[in-house]
This record gives sequence, C-alpha cells and structure tokens, in this order.
Amino acid sequence: MSPVRIKDHWREQRMFNRRAWFAGAVMVLAAFAVLGRLYYLQVVRQHYYEVLSLDNGVRTVPIPAARGLIIARDGEVIASNRPTFDLDLTPDRVPDLNDELEHLVRLGLLQQTDLPELIRTIRSRLSFDAVPIRLDLSAEEVARFAARRYEFPGINISPRQARWYPFGKLAVDAIGYVGTISARELAHLNQAEYAGTAVIGQTGVEAAYEKYLHGTNGYRQTLVDALGRPVRRAGALGKELHFKAPVAGDDVIVSLDLKIQRLAEKLLKGQDGAVVAIDPWTGDIIAMASSPAFDPNLFARGISEKQYEALVNNPRLPLFNRALRAQLPSGSTIKPGIALGALTEGIINPTKRIYAASAWHLPGSAHLFHNAAHEVCGWVGLRMAIIMSCDVYFYRLAYKMGVDRLGAWLPNFGFGHPTGIDIPGEQSGLAPTPAWMAKHYPHDRGWYPGDTVILGIGQGDFLTTPLQLAHYTAMLATRGLSFQPRLVTGLRNPRTQQIHWKRPILDGNLTMISPASWKVVIKAMVGVTTNPRGTAYWQMINSPYPIAGKTGTAQLTREQANDVGNEDTGPEKLRDDAWFIAFAPAQAPRIAIAVLVEHAGYGATGAAPIARKLMNAYLLGPNGKLLAHPGRAALSEPAGIKPRAEPGVDPRFTPLQRAAEP
Amino acid sequence: MIHEEISTDSRTRRTLSGAARVLLALKVDGPLAVGLGLTAAFGLAVLYSASGENTPMLVRTLLRLVLGIVIMLAVARISPNLLRRASPWLYGLGILLLLAVAAVGHVHLGAKRWLDLGPIHFQPSELMKLAVPMMCAWYLHERPLPPRWSDLGMLALIILAPVALVAKEPDLGTAALIAAAAAVVVFLAGLRVRVLIALLLLAVAAGAVGLRFMHGYQRERLLTFLNPEAHPLGAGYHIIQSQIAVGSGGVFGKGWMAGSQARLDFLPERTTDFIFAVIGEEFGLLGLVVLLLLYAFVIGRSIYLSMQCPDTFSRLLGGSIALTFFVYVFINAGMVTGLVPVVGVPLPLVSYGGSSVVTVLSGFGILMSLYSHRKLMG
Repeated sequence: MSPVRIKDHWREQRMFNRRAWFAGAVMVLAAFAVLGRLYYLQVVRQHYYEVLSLDNGVRTVPIPAARGLIIARDGEVIASNRPTFDLDLTPDRVPDLNDELEHLVRLGLLQQTDLPELIRTIRSRLSFDAVPIRLDLSAEEVARFAARRYEFPGINISPRQARWYPFGKLAVDAIGYVGTISARELAHLNQAEYAGTAVIGQTGVEAAYEKYLHGTNGYRQTLVDALGRPVRRAGALGKELHFKAPVAGDDVIVSLDLKIQRLAEKLLKGQDGAVVAIDPWTGDIIAMASSPAFDPNLFARGISEKQYEALVNNPRLPLFNRALRAQLPSGSTIKPGIALGALTEGIINPTKRIYAASAWHLPGSAHLFHNAAHEVCGWVGLRMAIIMSCDVYFYRLAYKMGVDRLGAWLPNFGFGHPTGIDIPGEQSGLAPTPAWMAKHYPHDRGWYPGDTVILGIGQGDFLTTPLQLAHYTAMLATRGLSFQPRLVTGLRNPRTQQIHWKRPILDGNLTMISPASWKVVIKAMVGVTTNPRGTAYWQMINSPYPIAGKTGTAQLTREQANDVGNEDTGPEKLRDDAWFIAFAPAQAPRIAIAVLVEHAGYGATGAAPIARKLMNAYLLGPNGKLLAHPGRAALSEPAGIKPRAEPGVDPRFTPLQRAAEP
Repeated sequence: MIHEEISTDSRTRRTLSGAARVLLALKVDGPLAVGLGLTAAFGLAVLYSASGENTPMLVRTLLRLVLGIVIMLAVARISPNLLRRASPWLYGLGILLLLAVAAVGHVHLGAKRWLDLGPIHFQPSELMKLAVPMMCAWYLHERPLPPRWSDLGMLALIILAPVALVAKEPDLGTAALIAAAAAVVVFLAGLRVRVLIALLLLAVAAGAVGLRFMHGYQRERLLTFLNPEAHPLGAGYHIIQSQIAVGSGGVFGKGWMAGSQARLDFLPERTTDFIFAVIGEEFGLLGLVVLLLLYAFVIGRSIYLSMQCPDTFSRLLGGSIALTFFVYVFINAGMVTGLVPVVGVPLPLVSYGGSSVVTVLSGFGILMSLYSHRKLMG
C-alpha cells in the first residue's frame, strides 16, 4: 500500500455503486426468505394455524344436565336440585395454581386443609375443562369474590344446580348422596360425559342409578378473549358457534314409604340400630333406616375436611350403613328357618314333645349349653319351642341335623350371600361350614360339634345383616318366595313423563317345604305374639291383625366380647343386640320387617315395640282399623307420582337467574 | 453556483408541473414521499383495527406523523454541508445525553431509556440512530477509501461508545440497530471483504461471550426463539401467537377488523412490535406482499437517490439510511414470522409508538436533503 493515498472520487463512486448493488442483492435474498416463510405459514400450514386460532377464541362451556329426581312411592321428592353458585377453575387459564388457591384461602373461600386434595383433583382434569373447586357459595361469598374477580384469572362463578335433599338425613342409607368427583373416580369416568358435572353418586340409589340420574350434558360455545372473558360482538369475528342442549337425567322412583321411613328413624333415634321393612310380594323396600344417620346435604355441598373428620371419628359411626353392612349373629330369629329345614329333612316330628331342661350337653361331653335365661322349658314340641324360644330344643335339633344340612339350609333363606339389592355396599354375612372354618382358621381349632349346636340358635360364627334378615322374613311371609330386595321400582323420562316400571325379580322359591311345615312354623310365629308364653306377647298384645314374629338376642360375636355377652346388665357396649322379625297380617302378609337395636339387651323389649309401631303405621288407617289391601297394581304403580313442569328441578325453586354469568 | 443552477435549469423548469415545482421548492423527492405516505396510510388503517378501534390512539399517531413530516420537511431544507459539519457536534450531544440518561434517566418498565423533559419523554438512543452513521460518514468522507486499519480502529471507538451506553440501558434492540446503521456506512465505504468476514466472525464470537453477560430476559428471548413451544404460556407465547395470527390469515386474510387473534387479545404487542402479524391475519399473504412491495419501493428509491449523490458523505449517509430502514423491516418481519429472535424493533411507519416515526421520517428528510441539494455539493 502506498504511503500517501489520494481520494479518487470516481473510484469511490463506483465502489459505492457496487456495494449498493450487492446490498440490494442481499436484500432481495432476505425478502425471499421472508416471503418463503410467509408462504409456509400462510399457505402450506394455513389450515393448521386456522384451527389453532379457532381453538384460541372459542371456549366450550359445558351445560350440565339437570340430575334426575328421586321420588318416593307417594310422589314426595326426596332428592331434588336447587340453584347454587359454584367456583370453577379452568386449569390452563390459571398462571399459578398454588398462588391463586392460596389467595382464595386468604379470601376465606377455601380451607387450607382442602388444598392438597383439591390440587390433585385439578391436576387429574383436562386442562381446558372447568373444575368446580368450591360448591354452593353464599350470596355474601359470591359478592366477595365478584368484587375481586380480576385477581383470579381462570376462576369463574358458575350458576349450577346442586343436589338438594329437602328432608336432610331422611332415608340417607337407602337414597345415598352425591359428592364431589374425586381424582380416583374421575379415572374411571368418561371425562367428556362428565365435563361440567360437579358431583357424582357416592352411595345408595344415587350411586347405583348414576347412569340414569346423570343425564347427558350439553355445551355452549362462546367467543372469549385471551383472558377468557366472553366477547360481546361475536358476529364480527365470524365464528360458527355450536350449542347442544343438555338432556336431563331420568327421575328415579323408589319404593320407600316416607311415612314409615320417618317413623322408623324417629323410633331409632338415640339408639344404634337398623330397620328394614320389605313388601314380601315384590321385594320393594318400604323403609330402610340406619341410626345414627347423617345429612347428605353436607356431601352435596362439598364437605370440608373438618366436617368429614368429625363424621368419621364419631364413635357411633353415623356413616356406617347398618342396614346393609352390620354383620351380627341373628340370635333366635333364625329358629323358624332352621325348623323349616329340619321339618323338610324329616329330622323332627313337629308334634313330638321332648323334655327340655335349663341346659343341654353333647353326648360324651360335660360342657353345658344353657337356655338364654337358664330357664326350664319343660315338655315342649316344635311350636312351643318357637313360641318360647327354647334354646335347648334347638341345640338338640341342630345336633341331630348336623352341620352339613344346616350349612345347606341357611343359604336357602338367603344367608351367607348378598341379597342382590339394587344399591351397592351390601355385606354378605356368613353361613359357616366346617369347610369355611378350615379355610379361614386353618391353624385354629377346627370345627367342633359345639359350633353346630350354637348355630341352631343363630349364634357363634353365623352372621347376618338386617337386610338379609328382613329378606328372610319376607320369604317366611310368602311361604318360600324370594323376591330380590329393591329400592327402585321405576324410571321416569323427564320430557315425555313416561314411566318405565321395573318388574319385581323372583329369584327363589322353596318348593321343597311342604304346606304342612309352613303351617306349623307360621302358626308358631303367630304364637310368639299371641300365646301368653310367647316371647313377644306383651309387646304385641291386642293387635287388630295377626302378627307372625320372632325375637332374637344376638350375643356379641367372638371378636367383640369373647363370649361375655349379657342381656340387660353390664356396660352398654357389652350388652347383647336385640332383634325382632315379623310379618303381618300373618295370613296375607303385606309387610315383612327386621329390627335391630344394638346393645339393647333382650329382643322382645328392645326391638319388638319398634316393629309393632311400624306395622301399625303401615297397615292401620286413622280409625285404627286394618286398611283395605291396596291391590297388586297399585303397589307397583303408586298413584302419587305426577308429571311436573320443569324436568329435573324442584318446582319450589324459581328458574336460574343469569346474575352470576360473567 | 446559485446563478449556474438557475441558468441551466430554467428551460426544464418551465415544463414542470405545479406540484413538482412545489416539491422541488420543498426539496422533497416526490416518489419517495408517495411511497412513505402510502405506507403510513396503510399503517393507520391497520392500527385502527389492531387497537380495537381506539380513536385517541389513531389521533396520537396521526399527530406524530404530522410532527415527523414537519421535521422531515425542515431537515430536507437543511444543506448537506451544514448536516455534515453538524455531525460531530450532534454525535457529541448524543453521547452527553446518553450519559445523562445513565445518570438521571427515567425508569420505565425496568429500563432506563428516557429523559424526562417536562411534557415529553425523549429517548436519546433514537437520536443516535441517525447521529452515529452521520458521524461515521463524516469521519470517512475526506479519507481515502477503502478505510485503513487505523481508520477502522477509530470507527470502532465511534460506534462502540454509544452502542455500549445504549446496551447498558438496557436496550439491546436499539443498540444493535445503531451498530447496524454504522456498520452499513463502513460496508458501503468499501470495507474489504476479507476484513468484513473477519469482523463478522468476531461479532459471532463476541455474541457468544455476550450471551453470558445478557440479562435473564434477553437470554430467554434468544433461547425461546430456538424452541418456542417449551414455554407456551411464558416467553414463547409471543412467537406462537404471532405465528398463529399470520398463519391463520391465509392468502386473503380474515378481513379488516376481523382478525380474531388480534381482536381477542391473543396477540400481544399487537399495536406495536407485532403489528405485522395483524396485517398477516387480516389482509393475508396478499396484504403483506403489498406492504413489502411498498417497503421495497421506498428502499429502492432511497438507494437510487443515494447513488445519485456526488460526494462521499452524502452517499454513505444516504445508503446507511436506506439500508437501516431495510434492517428494521427485515428484523420486524423476521421476528413476527419466527425467522429471527424476538427483539424490540418496531415496524417502521406502521407500529404505534413515539419517537420511532419521527426518527424514521427525519432520516428520510436527511436523504431528501442530500439528494435535492446534490448540485450544490462539491
């Protein structure tokens, strides 16, 4: 390079021009890069981005279907719906989930203790579906949230219909309740069908008929902006928005007679126990109560952790459905069944009397099996043995019959297996056999003849539920017909108001039992209530209709008390459980009933009065006379069920206001 | 010289139309003015829709345009000689203002970019977008070209001082644009290709090192550009939503005021840095091609005008203004379509926003001055 350079204007001009042209070429290339990119975005992938842009602005809001009503046989609505305001959270519109939930806790709209479960539930949902996080806001809470709504992106108030049980705890053990859908339940659900649904049937009819009650959810598409707020002038942006109307769930008609149900719960009040009353000719449950009970509205509103803890930790176990799940020895209530088995097997002569002392021992054994109160029965035949509930007679009978035949007869009356009632949760009880004993206590002691002996009076390892015992009573009432117990008798379509009645299910008939045997045993059961020596004579005295009944006193099970059961004395927890079974009128039965009162001591005094009052209420008119039999048709198609104006909504509530629409 | 101009042009002048005579008197280049006007008009129409029919915003933009045009006309009348002589002073003033910003600047959105001058907020970095290339062109105009190593060292100092100050604000986008405007001057001055390539490599290396010293959000922007779907609701949201807007527009667009991405707020910064996406959504590929053709015309005309200038200062400065304008357009379009990382570069004459319109029109004012006074230059 020369040491001194002079400016060459021409050269500089030419160089500038060259550079400018070069820059121009680069710019053209760059322009083509941009155009190429635009071609890719706007032509090649136009459809893809079009779909994304549509998804962006269109929010599909599910419209939950109105849940079907549950109606008792007389037309009273026992589970209905009422308008409420819930808080909904749409996961993918919430920037910081934990932060927002904490903020709601500070605002007093959520409980800190509920957060972990809530977060689990939210995370299990589809991110674009609204999850109810708080049910049933009060008017004040709606106002408190609405004032600060913009601090909570992705959380909205949505007007909904909440389940409402107008009579509170009435029949909760039969009807069940709905509760918030948990993460675990959601895993088994079709999420598309349940989008927008806040609750699901948890127990009872609500759970068993969930499919019918739920209905089909609809949806409405709305145009929303990036913050999820609905756009007013949707038309300008030219979207085609879809709407699908929800279809309300079917109304479910249950067989409960609420008059009897109310009375049963009133009579059990303050005691632990259960009542199951069955129409023996259909299997329809007339009343089913378990005490203590609880208010299902707690669950329908979204129970708090604290309230739930209180229910679970209550020593009287209000959540425990005793009617379906309490498994106890039947005590002497089993005797009519065992007698029928023995008669059919030809083991006893019903007219032959034997002398029954206060106790009996097995041949070759010194162990004494006593009568309940160590009383002496004297010379008794089968009839008197049932009337007096003579244990010694039945010890002998069971011994003669043997465990194999006993073990075969108990299931004939529905023991040891579920009755097949149309709601979930039933326990199967236990009809023990040596084979069962060997299987479950392989290293214990095996089957002793003594086990067979006490089986004859419904003690030992024999376990039944109140429902099973009521079902057995119904079989006695019908002289051997077994109708599957059921709560639901019909389904009503809310639009057409058409009712589909279900036929009773006959699932057994004990034809091997001769009419003569029935006659003897039922006569004896009537004697229980009419013979002055009958165990329930004083409780059933002067009944305007004949009652066939049987008392029972269940000693505590082996696990419960190690054979220290005592009737009327001692601490309440160690007292025997009182049973009473009955059907009436004895010759044309309309109701079969089993009453259990735990720790009430003797069955006649603890349970029989309850049964009598219930039978009176069911069978007697206001003048104290036996009501005319309503007839089979009326039984299965109650007259009280009438069409109503708006499907799925209790007419006492006005239609939803649009107040809470954002 | 004035006498000479009158005598040689008197014949042609008689044949000029009235409008052209006015333009000539105003020292305004007609075709360039038409190109700029059409672009700005298009921008106003888009802004009306993008802002959600926000009339006050439109009025403010219109006022800024008027201010910009006034300044452009004023600048166009200034003699290039004066511009050239003023360059070092302007540059020095700019440096002082940047130092003032660093000392007493107004903090907004976490960045210290503004000087609070009573009613108006002023960004000295905008001034530097013009002052730095002017300074470079001034420095090179009487030196033999292509520049020697010692000149390059001096230029590096001239460029990097303001760039560093602006980058520190922090405003990496503007710093890069200032550097680009100055680099274009050096490129047009005939920087040797070997040196150019070496400098480019150096820049890449410096960038790699710079990545370590970047602010968190700056690094994130860059990484997000490489993989936007990693943060669909975070930093990647801008890129994803702008591509959805552009892509869903298709060839013909969804129609004016019917772009759902923009109108329903899904598209962030839709009146400012991402307005290009609104055009893509509402007017489609067709609209964008029209816009790009307008820009191409403006840039092409500007380069043509620069090439007509007889002196080095005018050519370098004019070329720099033209190419910088291109860089704005390219970076903005590239950013919106996902070709380049998200940097805060507005779409010139279309994006809503204060000083940018004024700066751009001032630049074209300079360009017109350089061209219309070319006969006066030695």
